Amino acid sequence: MKQESTQVLYGLYNDEEILLHAVKKAKEDHLEIMDVYSPFPVHGLDNILGLTESRIHIAGFIYGLIGCLSAFLFMTWVFTRDWPIIFGGKPYFSALAFIPITFEVTVLFASVGMVVTFYTICGMGPGVDNPTLDDRITDDKFCIAFDVDNADESKQAALRQFLTDTGAEEVNVKSI
Amino acid sequence: MSAPISAIREPLITGSKTYHTITEDICGPTERTPTTAWVIAFIVAVTGLSLYLFSVTWTIWVGIGSWNLNRTINWGWDITNFVWWVGIGHAGTLISAILLLFRQKWRTGVNRAAEAMTIFAVMCAGQFPLIHMGRLWLGFFIFPYPNTRGPLWVNFNSPLLWDVFAISTYFTVSLLFWYTGLVPDFATVRDRAKGLRRKIYSFISFGWTGSAKHWQRWESLSLVLAGLATPLVLSVHTIVSFDFATSVIPGWHTTIFPPYFVAGAIFSGFAMVQTLMIMTRKVLKLEDYITLEHIDSMNKVILATGSIVGVAYLTELFIAWYSGYIYEQFAFYNRVMGPYFWSYIGMMGCNVISPQIFWSKKMRRSILVTFFMSIFINIGMWFERFVIIASTLARDYLPSSWSYYSPSWVEVCLFIGTLGLFSTLYLVFMRVAPVVAVAEIKGILKTGGDQYVGPNIKHDNAHKESTHH
Repeated sequence: MKQESTQVLYGLYNDEEILLHAVKKAKEDHLEIMDVYSPFPVHGLDNILGLTESRIHIAGFIYGLIGCLSAFLFMTWVFTRDWPIIFGGKPYFSALAFIPITFEVTVLFASVGMVVTFYTICGMGPGVDNPTLDDRITDDKFCIAFDVDNADESKQAALRQFLTDTGAEEVNVKSI
Repeated sequence: MSAPISAIREPLITGSKTYHTITEDICGPTERTPTTAWVIAFIVAVTGLSLYLFSVTWTIWVGIGSWNLNRTINWGWDITNFVWWVGIGHAGTLISAILLLFRQKWRTGVNRAAEAMTIFAVMCAGQFPLIHMGRLWLGFFIFPYPNTRGPLWVNFNSPLLWDVFAISTYFTVSLLFWYTGLVPDFATVRDRAKGLRRKIYSFISFGWTGSAKHWQRWESLSLVLAGLATPLVLSVHTIVSFDFATSVIPGWHTTIFPPYFVAGAIFSGFAMVQTLMIMTRKVLKLEDYITLEHIDSMNKVILATGSIVGVAYLTELFIAWYSGYIYEQFAFYNRVMGPYFWSYIGMMGCNVISPQIFWSKKMRRSILVTFFMSIFINIGMWFERFVIIASTLARDYLPSSWSYYSPSWVEVCLFIGTLGLFSTLYLVFMRVAPVVAVAEIKGILKTGGDQYVGPNIKHDNAHKESTHH
């Protein structure tokens, strides 16, 4: 299925320090940034961009809790209800002996759950081909992108001016 | 970016790299035709792999009788190899997870390869219990699945079953952690490639774009995975040690086993990382990223864990004497003076005495010494597991069942074969993936590059660095 494409005006910067200043400037000027792309995580960028903190760890906690409870309760059910067997004269409900497996299953659920969540919410997965603006973004360029689908000539010119003024080496338009 | 500027701190990246040269240096080797050194190594590795396939087939075809195990010594080279391989795997997780939590920046140079090593080592480890089952095709019996026999469940109180859960969780989590780190780097390779190569890397880079929100989530995910992997890695070798420690066999039934096994695992794992890194940096010319500083740091870990292991050996002997329990005393007397005394000497010599050389900074920074030491340590750690398993079993409660064990050719070939399997996987990894975490190295360039820190610092950079926060 072909998605509707968006006109994107973007500027490429050479250094993350310049990028951070540019993003800060854009926020001050109340420009609406579509996205910022970088070859590695730029620290402090999410604060300046105003991104809310990722809640993936909360999801991880919930998955872990599910794993923890299901492992422990399942073993309890098996050894007290479904098929009680005496091992070495120990009680049927030997909670201490359930700890290793409970721990492992907790970690397993939390990790697998978080990784699956991560790829799902980022719209990523095996074979997914998300459009990219420039091949050098994964190499050494830092990019600020503006959505200019509904922007008129003067708005676009202003954004271009902003990008060059803040130190962008290249300014291009691409529809993705 | 907030790290203080220090002219004393050793740089972690030498050669005044820029972001682009980092990409070139690390992604380059995957794009060129393999070097002769790689081809020769690959031929040797594949020969080992075929030996592995042959001896596995032989074991399954003929049966476990083709091994020299007997009624007294029912664990031999197989479980020795299993514990040895699992232990090796631990260094990868330690580097990628624990050192991430401790914010040790030198980990970025070696974490990718070390984590790959973990995954391949765990794969090799898993072979042995599976093959030892004899009827490999019934291997799925170890998992608690609803079956028509009741359902009859597995014994959740057994340390052997804990091991099943520990090893499979460890493998899964390591794989996910490693792959999530690889995705942005695969995207870098993708964006440099053309044609079919681009299609393949596009497929495996999962549509990574480098968006700020994705990076934020990616960092959050990595941190939580590291937080989960840290207790996990400690639990894995603890549970492996439970295989022994929860039994009632003198020499095994000791509470010191979990910490002692974990320290030994990290010790042997770092030795294997050194072996691989010294060869990798040479073959792929990555000396600027895996510097002497990295090798030095890892040798310090080796020295520390080796000494912990040494203390554990001595504690074991002391406690055996102090317990006043003659069976325990005999088990340890037998370890040191019994029929397998040579393996005890090998263990003590390689694991405790030889690493002490690393108190000297000069030795820690010598590539040649480090390389030979890393091999020594791995031999020593193999001996440690052999000492624990074979020498203990050979002298059990009934002197009439005392026995001696030496491996059959099948067992020897199986071990050499897993070395082949491991090397093949590692060599393929070296060809297809960036061996050093490209994005993470770029992230520490401004605090670890030699134009920013260390004796060759350029002052304009220092100024720029200290004014922008």
